[in-house]
Amino acid sequence: MDILITGLILGGTYALIALGLNLQYGVSRIMNLANGEMLVIGAFVAFTLFTVGQVSPLLTIFLVAPLAYVLNWLIYRIMLRPLVNRAKNRGMLEVDAILTTFGLSFVMVGIMIWAFGGDYFSYSYLARPIVIFGDNFGLNRVVAFLCAAVLCAGLFLWLNVSRAGMAIRAVAVSPENARLVGIDVPKLSARAFALGGAVTAVGGAVISTFLTLDASTGVMFTMKALIIVIMGGVGDVRGTILAALVLGIGETFVASVIDPGLTLVAAYALFILILLFRPQGFFGRKPT
Amino acid sequence: MKRDEWKTLGWATALLAVAALLPLTGDGYLISLGVSIAMYTVLATSWALFSGPTHYISLATAAFFGIGTYVMGSGIEVLPYWVLLPIAGLIGGVLAALVGLATLRLSGVYFVIFTLGLAEMTRQGVTWYQNQTGHKGTYVLTDLTDNDIYWQLLGLAALVYLVGWGIGRSRLGFALRIIGDDEDVARHVGINTALSKVALFVVSGAVAAIVGAIIAPRYVYIEPSTAFTPMLSFQVVIMALLGGTGRLWGPLVGVIPFTLLWEAISSSFPNQTTLLLGLSFLAIVYLLPGGFVGLYDRLKGRAAKRSAMA
Amino acid sequence: MMANTVISLRGATKQFGGLVAVDNVSFDVREHEVLGLIGPNGSGKSTTLNLISGALPATDGEISLRGGTITGLPARQIARKGVSRTFQLVRLLPSMNVLENVMAGGVFGHRRRWGQSAERHAMQVLEKIGMADKAKSRVGQLTYIDTKRVELARALSGEPEVLLLDEWLAGLNPTELSEGIDLIHRLRDEGRTIILVEHVMDAIRSLCDNCVVMSSGKKIAEGTTDDVLSDPEVIRAYLGDDDA
Repeated sequence: MDILITGLILGGTYALIALGLNLQYGVSRIMNLANGEMLVIGAFVAFTLFTVGQVSPLLTIFLVAPLAYVLNWLIYRIMLRPLVNRAKNRGMLEVDAILTTFGLSFVMVGIMIWAFGGDYFSYSYLARPIVIFGDNFGLNRVVAFLCAAVLCAGLFLWLNVSRAGMAIRAVAVSPENARLVGIDVPKLSARAFALGGAVTAVGGAVISTFLTLDASTGVMFTMKALIIVIMGGVGDVRGTILAALVLGIGETFVASVIDPGLTLVAAYALFILILLFRPQGFFGRKPT
Repeated sequence: MKRDEWKTLGWATALLAVAALLPLTGDGYLISLGVSIAMYTVLATSWALFSGPTHYISLATAAFFGIGTYVMGSGIEVLPYWVLLPIAGLIGGVLAALVGLATLRLSGVYFVIFTLGLAEMTRQGVTWYQNQTGHKGTYVLTDLTDNDIYWQLLGLAALVYLVGWGIGRSRLGFALRIIGDDEDVARHVGINTALSKVALFVVSGAVAAIVGAIIAPRYVYIEPSTAFTPMLSFQVVIMALLGGTGRLWGPLVGVIPFTLLWEAISSSFPNQTTLLLGLSFLAIVYLLPGGFVGLYDRLKGRAAKRSAMA
Repeated sequence: MMANTVISLRGATKQFGGLVAVDNVSFDVREHEVLGLIGPNGSGKSTTLNLISGALPATDGEISLRGGTITGLPARQIARKGVSRTFQLVRLLPSMNVLENVMAGGVFGHRRRWGQSAERHAMQVLEKIGMADKAKSRVGQLTYIDTKRVELARALSGEPEVLLLDEWLAGLNPTELSEGIDLIHRLRDEGRTIILVEHVMDAIRSLCDNCVVMSSGKKIAEGTTDDVLSDPEVIRAYLGDDDA
């Protein structure tokens, strides 16, 4: 029970981060390998505001979200759009996007180390125990989970109900046909990329309430988010959330039963199973 | 063999002979730089053998390299050095085959993601195993000097070039070029695309593991965090792409300037290596697509056009 | 089944989710026959071709080549057994020259050659389709019909048992079209077995011995070209479903 709840709580925050990545990949078709750094930046802003001005991280997200939106929009327009335009085919864009976002990720880590040093940062926010089903859990973890759950639900509703959300889903399914029904695909790609970045940064601010991070931890989160997106299926919100919870529980299980140093091995075991048996994701159809 | 092929072979042998004279300078710093350059040349060239034609970006070099060092580290007490090198290659190759079979059927993104975490995952696994058995690292004590390591790496480089040249002339090499251009067409002309890709990935995995085994005596004491450094994978990718993967000699042209730059930056600004890595990636994408080889071909093409007009 | 049947489909079916693109289609192609696979847009012709070449796995039914089943085999094995194809949108190999593009079809295909012999054979094929002078050209410099010729040469250089042409004549201007029809005529006179997915009626009339007509995934008619083209149901399918 303990493992299940801890896993669910961890998975909930993973879901938020992976949703950001999935939004970016599903719509703009760019696998953003600098996604984890956006998370660290969000976490870092939350940390700074809390230690300097005692600002609650739950308020910080209202600052982080628009900032990250603008930053990611600029990244897309200035750096990625030219690659989309010059690519002769999907494969070329893929390679260019991988190299560029890796480059960006390293540049961001480099700048953060240069500006703030490579130390770990953490702060103590709501670090009180709370009892659920007879077991103790950190209140900050529970609050972070609730926060992530509210945001995921909000995003899910927005994608399914609103006009803009509908357009985004249309592009995710088929960019060519979306263009035919009058959707401005390039504009929407930029917006979805920006929104995805904002969601991930908010996830970073939330996760910083209970995890210790440093400038170079981003790549770990990128990797987990990527594995979740692949498990859940590209462009599939339900799948992403389910996959995040599975990964959260799987990791917690391995960490508490076998060894906390094996979390990535656990994630990889899941990844390999998915690659071998359901490469199209949990709910995905077989590609034809 | 054609005449210009003999000529290339002659030049290559002469260059190799000159390179082999480096230890005679007796300058420790130069020799250690030579070891680095030779090591990266082997790694980047074998990386490009696979990734050049297929466009799959492998970040698994560090994993194979680390496994090679561990094979040497754990076997040196039991088996002779010269037996361990092929064993390292064999284990690296088998691992590459397994990874390749699981991921190379799928698109490039899956492959990158998988290889990205491979080194870190193996490191976690080795650390866990060592904790279980209660020792932290292993000593590799041999009487091999930097000179010996350098010569071995040069020999391996020569071997990799020969293999690369042979593949380039073979059906397999032709198949890979077709796969790189259009995988659907490749399947429809009768190519076993998965097997061809796996075969080349096995070559690069085996070579990286052998390099790890050769380098191991240099570390003396091996622990997971020194053997599996994810940075190595990225360095190799950058060097190969900077030089260009279109020709066999391409990666070498990238290795030399980048190794010198890396040495300079990491000795004067040790915290800025990450930034350097990032900027290099961006520079390759935006300023030098195709690397130095691409630039050379473009210049040559322009010169040919000019002389045709004159 | 007759002794000289090359390709035979029995109940071939392809489903995409809820959509049945090819619905229980059966027909035979005999040696030296040129078969036209015709029908309105979206009637499942190209999908049928994709089932034969192994580009898509069939959901149900059986496809055989000279009596041996090829259902469910990957495209590369079907190619090796002697099925070659061209693509609806021309797909040449951009990094290679014309000669190498043609060799690509002969090195791994049905009759396999390598080195000097592969090069000589590819040259012969290029001579046959009238492109020997452009052997060393880069494919980016070719005219549209020449790219189509190169793709055809690539398909021929494996010396296939059967050749699948997916709208090979589409998009050509009137002069090119008559050159194109002549070229396929020559292949026909050599006695090749060909399945032709085509919209150009003139080409169908002058090239095809027999036709299979598809509409909404089903086979609605089969027979000699003249008979089929005057069948009222076929005319209705064309005029009813397709304004063109």
